[in-house]
Amino acid sequence: MPEKSAEALADEFARRRTPDIDPPGRPAGTLYRGHEGMWSWVLHRVTGVAIFFFLLVHVLDTALVRVSPEAYNAVIGTYQTPIMGLGEVALVAAIVFHALNGLRIILVDFWAGGTRHHKLMFWTVIVLWALLMLGFTPRHLMNVFSH
Amino acid sequence: MSSTIESPRAAAPRRKGANWEKWGWIYMRVSGVLLVVLIFGHLFTNLMVGDGISAIDFGFVGGKLSQPFWQWWDVAMLWLALIHGANGMRTLVNDYVRSETARKVLNGALFAVAAVLIILGTLVVFTFDPCPAGASADLLPSFCGAA
Ligand code: HEM
Repeated sequence: MPEKSAEALADEFARRRTPDIDPPGRPAGTLYRGHEGMWSWVLHRVTGVAIFFFLLVHVLDTALVRVSPEAYNAVIGTYQTPIMGLGEVALVAAIVFHALNGLRIILVDFWAGGTRHHKLMFWTVIVLWALLMLGFTPRHLMNVFSH
Repeated sequence: MSSTIESPRAAAPRRKGANWEKWGWIYMRVSGVLLVVLIFGHLFTNLMVGDGISAIDFGFVGGKLSQPFWQWWDVAMLWLALIHGANGMRTLVNDYVRSETARKVLNGALFAVAAVLIILGTLVVFTFDPCPAGASADLLPSFCGAA
């Protein structure tokens, strides 16, 4: 294989730019930038980090069952307030997206049709996410606000 | 000035020893699939069934963690999620942190945090006493009987 210079590669990519996503005054789009591929990656990364930091706290608060019933109940009580209840909806939203999109990543990697259908799979993730959240959110808010 | 870029299809020089990055990549996918089942089951039993979040207290957790089924469920989730999360955070550190020293410190911290929480959580699950002596009976699971 002949090696190409950085300039030659850059020229080649420039020529392949899709014209309809090249508005004046903005950085030029590519097949990836500003589209499903990029946003699914951004959301996967942001939700992954958020869940990780929650998990650190969650292992510690659950460990209080080993201290005393009073200590555990006092701390878990702070999870049962209205503000935290809304936070829990956001947390579950992040986890459900990360889980469904993780399955999409795995299909892109291992399924022969994965790369061809990745956009359809992204929108499938969004629809499934919306349906699951429609099931979860009213139920959870009832539990939070009626007690 | 022209720098050359290796052809993407050029064979990489073979290195000796296990390819840990490959195993990490596989781990993210295998643990991801298992975590979908474990986490969705976890969220369903804790937040959707009965009174959800407002029913969670020491008695509720004691009732679950006195059963081997939920002990192993939670421990599997603990190990899989903390290693998955810490390894995912390592990807971000390697992406964004340019100083070699800072990268080593942050990745070391991720390793330490995951190890400490895995050991703590595992000890809590397997040494936990749902009926601690001296605690008032109304805080305990119903099967504890009068204290
Ligand atoms: C619910 C089931 C889950 C699935 C299906 C899943 C799937 C995945 C997949 C496939 C990746 C990409 C790995 C790669 O590109 O090599 C990933 C990355 C990641 N995951 Fe998960 N995951 C799940 C749960 C979690 C949990 C509970 C946490 C936090 C403790 C987490 C944190 C992360 C982080 C921080 C990354 C790195 C993101 C990045 O590199 O942009 N994930 N996940």
